[in-house]
Amino acid sequence: MDINDARAALTVFGFVCFIGIALWAYSGRARKGFDEAALLPFSEDDLPVPDAGRQTKEGNKNG
Amino acid sequence: MQSQTYNYKVVRQFAIMTVVWGIVGMLVGVIVAAQLVWPELNAAEWLHFGRLRPLHTNAVIFAFGGCALFATSYYCVQRTCHTRLFAPGLAAFTFWGWQLVILLAAISLPLGFTSGKEYAELEWPIDILITLVWVSYAVVFFGTVATRKTTHIYVANWFYGGFILTVALLHLVNSAEIPVSLTKSYSAYAGVQDAMIQWWYGHNAVGFFLTAGFLGMMYYFVPKQAGRPVYSYRLSVVHFWALIFTYMWAGPHHLHYTALPDWTQSIGMVFSLILLAPSWGGMINGIMTLSGAWHKLRTDPILKFLITSLSFYGMSTFEGPMMSIKTVNALSHYTDWTVGHVHSGALGWVAMVSIGAMYYLIPRMYGKTEMYSTKLITTHFWIATIGIVLYIASMWISGVMQGLMWRATNPDGTLTYSFVESVKASYPFWTIRVVGGVLFLTGMLIMFYNMVKTIAGQKPYEAPVLAPAGAHA
Repeated sequence: MDINDARAALTVFGFVCFIGIALWAYSGRARKGFDEAALLPFSEDDLPVPDAGRQTKEGNKNG
Repeated sequence: MQSQTYNYKVVRQFAIMTVVWGIVGMLVGVIVAAQLVWPELNAAEWLHFGRLRPLHTNAVIFAFGGCALFATSYYCVQRTCHTRLFAPGLAAFTFWGWQLVILLAAISLPLGFTSGKEYAELEWPIDILITLVWVSYAVVFFGTVATRKTTHIYVANWFYGGFILTVALLHLVNSAEIPVSLTKSYSAYAGVQDAMIQWWYGHNAVGFFLTAGFLGMMYYFVPKQAGRPVYSYRLSVVHFWALIFTYMWAGPHHLHYTALPDWTQSIGMVFSLILLAPSWGGMINGIMTLSGAWHKLRTDPILKFLITSLSFYGMSTFEGPMMSIKTVNALSHYTDWTVGHVHSGALGWVAMVSIGAMYYLIPRMYGKTEMYSTKLITTHFWIATIGIVLYIASMWISGVMQGLMWRATNPDGTLTYSFVESVKASYPFWTIRVVGGVLFLTGMLIMFYNMVKTIAGQKPYEAPVLAPAGAHA
């Protein structure tokens, strides 16, 4: 087998992988996880709350 | 239990330096633009266009864009993983190390030390420092992802992660060089291989540094500022993998009609055309996140920045594939059209999404809910937008004009115009470009003022780490 056959095979493998990912992403199985993940940025409020947070002089101390 | 806080310090440092380096990089841009109109401005050798131009590109891409990526990725990864940043010492090193890289670039490039590779001009000792900083960045970022308190890895972190890994690979391969002295090295590659590796690097610097990284920013800050989750999460997953699988191949379109084998050029063109699909998928996903809340665009200038950035992203990712078609490229290549295209992406997409994200981050870093003046953000938005439009439109016109003048022939086959005639014809458009650049820079100065007023008298704020909503049970 020529090295170029291996290169072509790798390209085809990449393409098949991508099709697989696309089919998986649009299948029902992935749905629940995606719905949960989509809400991750909203799992907490990032607006500063004066009492909950700490205003320190030199940044963070509990590294 | 002692409550833990997020590492805001490193985010804060990078956020402030984003604005500072933005001003420096764009100021150098305005200077080089002015040098094309008034050549007398090439006053000294270290102020010459040829030396300042790489300083401009390095400053805006790696200093301004780089700091924005560090700041937002560190913020997003902590917030969506519900954990404090991994390895705080290394995180601090990435900040100081990156600032040192920028400082060394600002000194060495005007002095004329260059390895001559576009967007990778810095000499080998700085290349090594970049590698150390970048490996530390990867450790901090992936360490945070690995120690996350959530089940899922949010899609923005996939984009940031892809950007970090790919840039490491690009930098290591493209910067392979043989040092001959402390300040001079030669590329490890020769001839057309060197050119191909350079543009494999160059185009993927666009694809992963200036696209994947900033898409991570988009996938976090657009939903946050709009107050609603991303339009389609599964589209974002397909978007990510489509980008990863196709971008790597598009580089040869920078070398159309050169010594590069013809089939390689054709592959570059085809993959550039394919790229239109993931690019527009991502743009639509970002913009549609606002569906049902379009009214927010009217009152929220931060959203204006973010959504306009996506519009420019859509425009430049349509223009790019078109320009990669060989017959179009025969007209556009080496003209100002390319410069206009790059700035449509750089100012319209990269800078605007970063500016929007910084307006989101800066008040939160100091315990405030919003910037000192929302009105000044609106002013910044309009000045920046007008600046971009002037810049791009003038470059389109001069670019197409140059392409047409260079290819025009008389009936006897001789060239209709000499090169210098096309230079002369370009002057009015170069002047308009200076005006556009000055407007964009003015917007950044307004942002700096707004930032100083927001921070003044405020102490740095540290937000507590909260357990994710589902984890209480």
